[in-house]
Parts: sequence; structure tokens; C-alpha cells
Amino acid sequence: MSTTNHIGKPTSRVDGPAKVTGAARYSAEYNVPGLTYGWVVSSPIAKGKITRVHADEVLALPGVLQVFSHENVPSLAWFDRSYKDDVAPGGSPFRPLHDNEVKFSQQPVALVVAESLEVARYAASLLRLEYEEDKHETDLETKRDEGFEPGRGKTGWMPPPPPRGNPDKAWEEAPHRMEAEYVHGAQHHNPMELFATTAEYHADGKITAYDKTQGVYNVQQYLTKIFGLKKDDCRVVNEYMGGGFGAGLRPQYQVFLAVLAALELKRSVRVTLTRQQMFSFGHRPHTLQYLKLGTNADGTLAALQHHALHETSQFEDYTENVVNWSGMLYQCDNVKLGYQLAKLDVYTPLDMRAPGAATGSIGLEIAMDEMAYAAGLDPLEFRLRNYAEQDQNLKKPFSSKKLRDCYHQGAARFGWEKRTQAPRSMRDDAGKLIGWGIGGGVWDATQQKSAAKASITADGHLTVSSAAGENGTGTYTIMTQIAAETLGLPIEAVTFKLGDTDLPEAPVQGGSWTAASVGTAVKNTCEALGEKLLKLAQKMEGSPLKGAKLEDVEFVNGQIRLRTDASQAVVLRDVLQASGETKVEADSSAMPDMLKQQPYSMHSHNVVFAEVKVDEELGTVHVTRVVNAVAAGHILNLKTARSQVLGSMVWGISAALMEETVMDHKFGRYMNHNYAEYHVPVNADIHDLDVLFVEEEDDIVNPLGVKGIGEVGLLGVAAAIANAVYHATGKRVRDLPIMIDKLL
Amino acid sequence: MPQQPTNAPARAGGVAVPPSAGPVHLTINGQQHTLQLAPWTTLLDALREYLNLTGTKKGCDHGQCGACTVLIDGKRINSCLSLAVMHEGEEITTIEGLGTTESLHPLQQAFIDHDAFQCGYCTPGQICSAQGLINEGKARTEDEIRELMSGNLCRCGAYIGILNAVKEVVEKK
Repeated sequence: MSTTNHIGKPTSRVDGPAKVTGAARYSAEYNVPGLTYGWVVSSPIAKGKITRVHADEVLALPGVLQVFSHENVPSLAWFDRSYKDDVAPGGSPFRPLHDNEVKFSQQPVALVVAESLEVARYAASLLRLEYEEDKHETDLETKRDEGFEPGRGKTGWMPPPPPRGNPDKAWEEAPHRMEAEYVHGAQHHNPMELFATTAEYHADGKITAYDKTQGVYNVQQYLTKIFGLKKDDCRVVNEYMGGGFGAGLRPQYQVFLAVLAALELKRSVRVTLTRQQMFSFGHRPHTLQYLKLGTNADGTLAALQHHALHETSQFEDYTENVVNWSGMLYQCDNVKLGYQLAKLDVYTPLDMRAPGAATGSIGLEIAMDEMAYAAGLDPLEFRLRNYAEQDQNLKKPFSSKKLRDCYHQGAARFGWEKRTQAPRSMRDDAGKLIGWGIGGGVWDATQQKSAAKASITADGHLTVSSAAGENGTGTYTIMTQIAAETLGLPIEAVTFKLGDTDLPEAPVQGGSWTAASVGTAVKNTCEALGEKLLKLAQKMEGSPLKGAKLEDVEFVNGQIRLRTDASQAVVLRDVLQASGETKVEADSSAMPDMLKQQPYSMHSHNVVFAEVKVDEELGTVHVTRVVNAVAAGHILNLKTARSQVLGSMVWGISAALMEETVMDHKFGRYMNHNYAEYHVPVNADIHDLDVLFVEEEDDIVNPLGVKGIGEVGLLGVAAAIANAVYHATGKRVRDLPIMIDKLL
Repeated sequence: MPQQPTNAPARAGGVAVPPSAGPVHLTINGQQHTLQLAPWTTLLDALREYLNLTGTKKGCDHGQCGACTVLIDGKRINSCLSLAVMHEGEEITTIEGLGTTESLHPLQQAFIDHDAFQCGYCTPGQICSAQGLINEGKARTEDEIRELMSGNLCRCGAYIGILNAVKEVVEKK
């Protein structure tokens, strides 16, 4: 009997006590001596030139230390490549305060630094800048004919596969057809924590940047290249992150400004952005999608065409995989996928939770609903008839795919068989229209190179570390579980450290790959430590483990014991004490096993069943019930994984009914750039959400069998709700969010 | 033509000098503090920047998100919308005053048990708000809890956990 099997258990967050008591330190909360404060001044124009900065007026204020603008920034790195971070798309990255050119509304144009927060804010409010305004274009609608196919995108982006079969002819000849356009506007990540950097300036000229980021190493390489710092002189730390959702994948301008000011003033500087400024550094792009589906008499897909056009900035070609998923989620031999960008005078869009797939699944999954109705089929039955047994894009089998089980188990949990097909055919006792809709999606299961180290002290306490991130995903907890189980220790005997460039390198926290990547590195590292401990155990007098190989023993209940005879055991703490060592250490890393993985397509899947109730007189929609069935490999922690999917469902409800950043094209400026007017769900909007994990074994993806859970749960949620609204009302809304006016 | 920035332009003849600081006496979590503060310093900034009580969070600085919720004589307020000088002689309770990692408040324990947070940034505000709601004696049904906790945004979407955590503590009362 083992008391140290932790993987898969609903272990409570090990960082929970720190978070609920306020003890957890976020980037703006490091109390460094002699701190000064920087406040960012943002451009009110979308395009043009700064002609004058009246810095002298505010420099005269007591307490103001400096005004940084393009006029006085020192000479920094010259080439674009120095400003490119690990996840930068193609193009020329934005350089804060580089020159007098304004490329987007709310561009940072100055930083005012003062002895106190209040004086910095006040001085920034008084700083006068003069501009020469140019004509801007921020409306994607005007660029419908100017789309272009991007060349090289960012890491992980794949151009759509070439067409297969004869998609035009097949669509023309199909007995049942649909075609429609689907739209959603820009969305902003809006994590609760404001982006902030506390740049600590040390007496020896070194910098420690406590920065809100999803990748401390990514920020470190960005800073060292731009400011010519040695890695040892530029440490980047982020132990807790108040939400990221992709917003912290790229180094944001507050870290550049804080470090610039700290180096110039030789003082520690904190720069915190305002909620309004949180709308100035990347967003899910406004996207237009066009879908054409054709279906045969037997309900199989005859043709599928999916084209997407979305915005990017004038200076970078932001790319995400919007349409590729449509070539692999359903079986179809005649497929044409298209993907284009259009340049606008906005900041470069940025990966936002399930980038591309969240968007693509809205188009594809509403289109599938429309197609099902046109073909006279139940939307679930239609999907089952078009189940993809292999990935037709890659012509490879899936390493594992339990989507069929998701359909069946999800439908049973939801009670789908009680649904009547006709729109407006279901009502509740109070007379409200009821609608039931379905949606779903597919997401990549990937692994990135990661490293870790482990150290166990004579008292038996294990410390494991890797520079991963904790943005609410549960990294601290699952890594602790993996480490504790690998070495047979209780959870309390393990500490996991992360978010620090003094620790072994980990990839940026994104793509749902942290569990697979860092988790495998932690496992390997603890196994390497285990091997050392076994050797020490074998040196003990009368050791029952003499001659045993690593594979002959197991680490359980604080002991090393023979697999074949559990009574032949030594206590780990005794081993350490007998060894005379104060601590034993190991480090290791993990890479994906390319040879093993090459023959396979590796993905997670989900399906979502949603119920809405619509008050027709008021046009209000309430999402009363959602079941999300997810197949994502092994689930490391049922509690934290469930929370990830619950959060995704809240995001899906938001995308369907509330969330949109609205641009006033006259000014080229987002107008609802605050938490009161950028609507996200509150507690009263959320009702019965049910998460169902379908068991899925997969020894191809990685040794832990995990596929990641941070993004897949979002897919299809918004589409399922839009489809439920159609079922309830008979109104097909194709531009999200579905606000009251679209239903009246 | 020069474009006026959205923030207020300086008037001709120079700009007003910032207000000077003076002593402000605050009682926070039962402890007396005397701070040198200008009258424009918010209670939130006083806690975070002058007292290093960073458990109280800043999510919007405009009273829109609830992350900065603290209790004043047991009543919940948004500390970003209130000036520190307005709170002399009152009992201010922050998340640090409710419990510690060694001795958790029942709400704090319930939030951990129900996984009522992910990133943890809205959590201190949620817990202070829940304590305020319990003090108000209003949270009798699930719908009441949902409605009365709706001034506290959670972008991670942990609302179901929050509901269940608050409900558990309310029902034990």
C-alpha cells in the first residue's frame, strides 16, 4: 500500500495558503529599498509623429526625477533581432521610445519617474506632448480585399495544408449545402493583475527584474540583448502571476521602461500599467471567417471550405492557426483552407488562450450546426457520422483520440436524447425558450525542451526547481506531485521553485505544454536523483538493496524497496544520514522523443453541450447548464485540471455573450478599455458547469501521458452557446458576442 | 495642428505643486500606524506602497473589479476609491488580518478546499468581500451569494468554487 502515489489525485494547491492570505508576492509587490515609481504616458493618436515633448514643465515639480521619451533615450541595440523575443512573429518588433513615430493608439510615448507613485502619476497627467497626426486605418472591414498570406509566422504556426480532393466541385454538387460568414471582434486578455515590473538596481550595477511574464528566460534574453547586459547581471523573477492567458508571453513594454529607467537613474524603479494601458499591447485579433460545407445524402461531409482573415499591425505579421483544425476534426475528402492577414494601424495581436483554435472552432462549429439542420440531422449524430479516424492534414493516425467517448459520455451526462430538433420547440415552466447546442474542438499536445534540478537534504526534504511559470494553472502543485511520487515522499516533504532565471531553463508558459515539458523534466531529474540515492543506499552496511538496478527498486512511502519484495527496504532518511552528505543533488532535462512521435498526430479533444434560456421579451440569454467532456491524456490533478476547464467555460460564455473590445475608428482607439465596459462574466452569470474527463492512455506524447488542459476546454464553448441560442430562438447569430440587440 | 493628449494639459504659467504630506493615523488589523501621507493617497496605495501590506490587490484602480476590497468597521469597501485620510479612527481589516498561513480563517481554508481561485490575484478581495457579506447577514441562498459576490471579478473564472466556499462557511455559521 502506497501513501505516496500523488499523480492524478485532487491535491489542493500547495501555493493555496500563500494566495489566500496575501503572502504570495506578485511582480509589483517586492519591497526593495529606495524604490522610485515610473508612470507611462500613452499616445492619444493612432498614427503620426511626436513633434514636441514639454518635459521641462514637469521636471520642475518637486519629486520628479526624469522624463524619458524618444528625445533622451540612450543609444540601445540597433538591429531588429535584438528586440525579437522567443515568441515574436515575423516583422520588426515595436521598440518603446525609439523614435518620434506613433504607430498605434495608446503607444507608450514617455515614462515619468518620481520619488512617489502619486507624484509620478500627477506629473504624467500634466506632461504635454505635441503631435502631427496622420490618417490611420483601423477597420478590418475596409481591408477585405487587401488580405495577404503571411510568410514565416511565429514558432508553432503552420500555414494551412494545400487543398485536397476537389472542394469546389464537391460543394457545387452536394445535395445539402451551407455557406456563411462568422465574425468576432478584438478581445483583450485582461488578467486581474496589472502588468508591472519592479526593477531592482543593485549597487554593483546588476538588475533584478521582478516582472509579470509567462517566461522569465524570454524576458532575460530580450533585456540582455537590448541593454547589453550579461546574463549574470540581469536576473528575471516571477514567482506568482495574477493571470496571463497569453498576455505575458512576450516581454511587455513596462519591463523595458522599468529597466531602462533603473539603469539610467541607478535607482530601483517600479512601473505598473493602468487597466486602460492593459489594452495597448496585444489582443485576440478581429477575425472574419467564411465557411462553405456540403453534405451527402447519407449525412457524410462532401466538402469543407474554411477561410479566415484577421488583422495584424503594420510592423509585425501576427499568425495563429485558425483554419487548420477544420481539416482534421471531421472526416472529409474535399477540403480547402485559406488564411490571410490584413495590416492595420493597431498594435500586433497576441496569442490569447487557445489562439486560433478558439476562433476557428467558432466558425467551424456553428457552420456544422447550420449544416446539420440543412441536412435534417441531429447535430450530435451529424458529428458522429463524420468522425475522423485519422488526421487527414498529416495523413497520420492519432497517438490517442477518445473524442467518440466524449460525445457519448457528454451526451449521457447532459441528457441530450431528450432534445427536440426543431428550433423554438423547448420551453421551461416559466415560458422561457430553452435551447440546447453542441460544439467542440481539437488542440495540439506538444512538449518543449525543459530542464530541472533536484536537491534532497539530510532531513529528507526535497527541493525541485525549474524556471517555469505559475499563472494559476497549478504548476507548483502538479510539479510537487510528480516529484513527490517519483521519490516516494509525502507532499509536505517537497518544495517546488519556479519563475527565476537562476533556475534551470523552462519554455514560456503557453501552448498547454508546461505539464508535459516541465513535468517530464521534473520526473527525469527526480529519477536521476533516485539513482544516486540508490547507490548511497547500496553502500550502507548490510544493505538489502545490494546488486539491485534502478528498475529493480521503487521509491514508496519514504523508502527505497525491492519491487519483488517490499520487505527489503531502506528508509530514505537513513540513507542520507548514513551517507554523511548534507545534501544530494541531480539535474536533468527532457526533450520530446521525436523518433517515437514522428508517425503520429498528437492532440487533445473536447465536446461541449450547452443549455441556454432566453427571455424573448427582454432578449436576455442565460447559460443555465454546460457539460464539457475532455479527452486530454492523463490528468495529473483532478482538482486543478477541473478548475482550468471551468475557467475555460467561463471564458466561452464570455466570448459568446459579452466580451468584445470596441474600436472607435474615428480615433483609432479602443473605447471600452476598462473593467466596467469590457464585459466579462461575474459570479451571478455562472450557473451549472460540469467537467467530465474521459480516460485516455497515451504513451507516445510523453512519459507522463499528459496532453495539457489549459486551452482545450475553451474550444467550442462559444459555438455551443450560439447553437443553443439558435435552437431556442430560431435566430442564427453569426457575429459574437450575442448581445440583446441581435435577438430583438 | 498639435493634438491635445487625453490626460489634462498643463495650464499656462506652470503647474500646481503636489500637496504636502502630513501624519495620518490608521488602525489596521488591530495595529496602530502613523504614516506621512499626502491627502491624495488612496487607502489602497497606503496599504500597498507605504505599509507593504500587499495582500490587498490593485486590479483596476477605478472600483470596477473588487480586488482591493477591505473591511472598514466590518463593512466591505473598494479601498482604491477611498482616501487614506478618511479612515482615521476606524478599524481597517485586510486579508492579512483575517488569518495567516499557519492559522487560516475558515473562509481561507474553504477557498483552498474548493479550489476557489487559480492565479490568486482576486482572492484576497473575494475573501474580504465574503466576510463582509457574512457580516451583512444577507447570504442565505446560492442566488444571493452569487449576486452579492458579483462586485468581485475573477478572470480565471473560479466562480463555482467561490460560491461553494462561501456557502460552506455561511452554512456552518
